[in-house]
Amino acid sequence: MTLGPVLVLAALLFSMGVYGVLARRNAVTVLLAVELMLNAVNINLVAFQSALQSPQALGQIFAIFVITVAAAEVGIGLAIVLLIFRNRRSANLDDFATMKG
Amino acid sequence: MMDFTEPVTWVASILGLAIATSGFIVVTSKNLIHAALGLVGALAGTAGLFLVLSAEFVAWVLVLVYIGAVLVLFLFGIMITRAPVGYDVDLDNDRKVIAAVGAGSLFILTSFAALDSFGDTALLGIGDPTSTGDLADALLGRFVLPFELVSFVLLAALIGGITVARKDATPIAVGETEE
Repeated sequence: MTLGPVLVLAALLFSMGVYGVLARRNAVTVLLAVELMLNAVNINLVAFQSALQSPQALGQIFAIFVITVAAAEVGIGLAIVLLIFRNRRSANLDDFATMKG
Repeated sequence: MMDFTEPVTWVASILGLAIATSGFIVVTSKNLIHAALGLVGALAGTAGLFLVLSAEFVAWVLVLVYIGAVLVLFLFGIMITRAPVGYDVDLDNDRKVIAAVGAGSLFILTSFAALDSFGDTALLGIGDPTSTGDLADALLGRFVLPFELVSFVLLAALIGGITVARKDATPIAVGETEE
């Protein structure tokens, strides 16, 4: 098996995430789409580790770091969504346009 | 490019199909719960793909951290911000076509670039799993500083999340006692 199909799969997943971030209106779904993009990056890192065989498993180490930071990001992100929902009674991103010029 | 005489190619193809389908559900489903469960499918498929790509530890970390913890957090977030859970036609905005064109062209660009540069690189690691001991040596040896830093980031994020989402954020006025 070669690296090509795995990279195409990761590109597909990342593009789906981009579409989700651009086209979704609900804040939680946008966060879900961001998770898809991070997952695509993890697939790339692990696949390159498998192809290049770096001695210290650098690709997998970086994937673990990405997973950890993503967990922190989700915690903060959902807390912010919750706070905005409590103040505005809405999780709709189009309603949060107070700062729009 | 794809040699279908190897069983590993079949496994990887089926997993890839499952990941792509679940990802599609995540970004297109009209039901928030279905979108979150689609992410479960995508992450489970990714964990399987990691097992194929000989990254065992990362696969189980993905299952534990993502499917076990992050998804529960997401379901909490969905159920708190949208009490009557169900189909919602208002989930997408009216820029869907532009978003689809942008994402599609990004996909074409990145996959062509990747195939052009690395399309024929062999995946040498298949069948030769990275031992968790090696990962531990790297994490607590060369990467010990980033490792400690990332754990601090996690702690700070959790405390920050609790502080931000706490219900009672009004300061107590001077002279008033907390009950």
